[in-house]
Amino acid sequence: MPLLEVTNLRTSFHTRHGIVRAVNGVSFSLEKGDTLGIVGESGSGKSVTCYSLMRLIPEPPGKIEGGTAAFDGVDLLTASPEQLRKIRGKRISMIFQDPMTSLNPYLKISEQLIEPLLIHENISRADALKRGIAALEEVGVPDAAKRIRSYPHEFSGGMRQRVMIAMALITKPELLIADEPTTALDVTVQAQILDLVKKMQRELGMAVIWITHDLGVVAGFCRRVQVMYAGRIVERAATDELFQQTAHPYTCALQKSIPALQPKGAALYTIPGMPPDLSRKVEGCPFVPRCEFAQDQCRQPVELKDVAPHHATACLRVQKGEINLKHE
Amino acid sequence: MSAEFPTVTQHTGEVEAGQSLWQDAWHRLRQNKLALIGACFIALLTIACFLTPLIAPGSYEKTNLALGPAAPSHAHWLGTDILGRDMLSRILFGGCISLSVGLAATLVSVLIGVLYGAISGYVGGRLDVVMMRVVDIAYSLPFVVFVILILVVFGRNIVLLFMAIGAVSWLDMARIVRGQVMSLKKQEFVEAAVALGLRKRRIILRHMIPNVLGIVAIYATLIVPSVMLLEAFLSFLGLGVQAPMSSWGTLINDGRKSMEEYPWLLIYPSLFFSLTLFSLNFLGDGLRDALDVRASKD
Amino acid sequence: MLRFILKRILEAIPVLFIVATITFFLLHRMPGGPFDTERPMTPEVKKQVEAYYGLDKPVAQQYFNYMKRLVLHGDLGMSQKYFGWSVNELLAGSLPVSLELGLEGLLFALFFGLLAGIIASLRKNTASDYVPMSIATLGICIPNFVTGPLLILVFAIYFGQFNASGWNFPRDRILPAMTLGLYYMAYISRLTRGGMLEILNQDFIRTARAKGASERRIVWKHSLRGGLLSVVSFLGPAVSGIVTGSLVVELIFDIPGAARFFVGAAFNRDGPMLMGTTLVYAVLVVVMNLLADVVQIWMNPRLRFEE
Repeated sequence: MPLLEVTNLRTSFHTRHGIVRAVNGVSFSLEKGDTLGIVGESGSGKSVTCYSLMRLIPEPPGKIEGGTAAFDGVDLLTASPEQLRKIRGKRISMIFQDPMTSLNPYLKISEQLIEPLLIHENISRADALKRGIAALEEVGVPDAAKRIRSYPHEFSGGMRQRVMIAMALITKPELLIADEPTTALDVTVQAQILDLVKKMQRELGMAVIWITHDLGVVAGFCRRVQVMYAGRIVERAATDELFQQTAHPYTCALQKSIPALQPKGAALYTIPGMPPDLSRKVEGCPFVPRCEFAQDQCRQPVELKDVAPHHATACLRVQKGEINLKHE
Repeated sequence: MSAEFPTVTQHTGEVEAGQSLWQDAWHRLRQNKLALIGACFIALLTIACFLTPLIAPGSYEKTNLALGPAAPSHAHWLGTDILGRDMLSRILFGGCISLSVGLAATLVSVLIGVLYGAISGYVGGRLDVVMMRVVDIAYSLPFVVFVILILVVFGRNIVLLFMAIGAVSWLDMARIVRGQVMSLKKQEFVEAAVALGLRKRRIILRHMIPNVLGIVAIYATLIVPSVMLLEAFLSFLGLGVQAPMSSWGTLINDGRKSMEEYPWLLIYPSLFFSLTLFSLNFLGDGLRDALDVRASKD
Repeated sequence: MLRFILKRILEAIPVLFIVATITFFLLHRMPGGPFDTERPMTPEVKKQVEAYYGLDKPVAQQYFNYMKRLVLHGDLGMSQKYFGWSVNELLAGSLPVSLELGLEGLLFALFFGLLAGIIASLRKNTASDYVPMSIATLGICIPNFVTGPLLILVFAIYFGQFNASGWNFPRDRILPAMTLGLYYMAYISRLTRGGMLEILNQDFIRTARAKGASERRIVWKHSLRGGLLSVVSFLGPAVSGIVTGSLVVELIFDIPGAARFFVGAAFNRDGPMLMGTTLVYAVLVVVMNLLADVVQIWMNPRLRFEE
């Protein structure tokens, strides 16, 4: 049985200007200790997917409309608040995009760091503090015993993200959801944080879901990737295969927009057009208006289907074998 | 929360793009029912208060000792007081005084506040630091006590009353104007004017003052209820408006003394005064929200 | 932190000194005195009285003497209205009553204001939000000299549950404290609601939820500190307003506090009494403002390191 099995998750936001279907029928599963990357542009629904799993969507305006998310036999989407609290921070932890705002500026690091232990484990404050210091040392915060008594604003962005990681992993969770934890950081710090999470995963053997808009990060870290667009998964594959046997025009376009993967001197590529307005209902493939391969048939409903073992795409024309995106 | 959550701001942008700030504000104000009701009430009350002395001069002081304090009736809608004087006339006349003092005191406070804030914000630098520190310190002093002292020392006349009230109610206005002037100074059109070599006086007259005026007007509507409150407070203590004149504060105090036997003498002036404060507050809040301005502290 | 407090105390001293000086010379210009209102005195008696109060000396000398006694002995001089009584003696009997009333009004305002504001912010856009916030709007608009008499009318006269005046039994405190605190309760509940809503929308609250924190823990541990900052910064002005408000409330409920001496002195032109009460009020307000600042800095670690 997989650790996490999500089926047909649908989340929407009820705004004054209509219903925004942010996540529209997403299914995936994750084995113990596996690493899954979720890639997409802003507004593709990758973050909302994960916040929905943790039930951290602000309701209202957000609403989980349907689907299931079985975590070790418990459906996270229908679990009671008490059940959920026992899982959050204990078995599933999360780290967030902006370490500047994700830590409480009014509380000492120590208070926040050991909070998961105090909530979930029957442990004395002194012991929790000892483990807190050990955890800080583990993530590479120098002079941990002293700095644990500081406030967040006394730390740099990279150090705060290290604190966030220490806090998320202090209970040795089975699953870590990382919501673009490197986006707000300097490039050099990004690599350090990435290495840190890799190291911690090796030590603790947890599964990781890594949300990012950066295919480069995925390439170096994730075993499997799924690409999201307009609230749906458009392609899913093992990481190597995604790059070598690309099976969706959107993934292809994403790759082209990574400068490092292009020959030197080539003009920077940007995907033409804008992501679709999610408050309007889209029949068929949502990428049609921006897709260079689009045909009339692409406007009929399309499902995510395997085109190779463990490699699925939601492009009708690829499924039919009409186009081949390899080394295009 | 996260920037990742979808927003749908594009739609609203298209609709409002063609409207000016003021049209937009007017539109929003019209949606605010409470503010509109408040505005209507104030308008009607002002007309009633200022017309009463013209239509029925002296009616507020015409005594009818034979009648004495009578409960509301057809002849006297809100009853009569201990000397048999018609309460409606007295309340409207008192309102005339209260509103006048309120407006005059507001003018004084606006004048001081705008001058102080504009100088502080425009000159900037050390002067600004010192001037704002003075405002900070002034905030932490019991100013009403000083108003009472001034009234005691210089006599309790009505001109001094609104001067003194105005002189202690300008702190917020000074902060707001200073903030506004400072942000205007940095804005491009003022910089452009400087670059074009316009004279300072011209910059101030043509560009700064018109832009500050709107916000001043809005905050002035919020000062009116607060200074009216102060006037009523002082009159209630017997230190404000003096007999034979009456304001709502003195009427409420008179009513309080005999409320056990003649509750209407307390209830009606209180009602008029509270409704007026409500209306002015709603109107002021409505205007402020409509133009979406906030007091900046720094 | 300690340096900040010292700095503020050092700043408060000249402020109070200036207040005392201005008040002194202002009152010196006051026409007449309590002696005028009674039967005219014979020149000899008047001379004696003036000598007793030191009014025969030049102003500068009077000022110097007053300040010297004030600073060295905390002596506020002799009342001119209550012959033979010093201002200190009169205030010693009445000020504690005023302080008690003010404290009770403030506690009433804080307790119910915080409660209403927190509940409203947690149950946003429900009846438990609209009802207290509508009451708060009422409380902000209706002045205390209206609520006081109305409360007496309803609870003392019609229902007979409370005494209309007096300060003898614990229950005599309830109506005055309510009258005094209502406006501040209303204001605090609004500030609390606004502050809490702002904090509850912050990313770090989401972090706390992700850690499995209960709603109670989120409110108490993560939100209150930040959410109540605006309330704390309002406490300084609130104390100033409560001092002023107590003038009216003590009058309405006939409470034997310091207000009757202050207001009475204003009518009787009792200079030393006016001077003394003004100084006491000023010290009180300045000290409470200082305290509010200290609490604010203690609550907001970011401010703590700014100096």
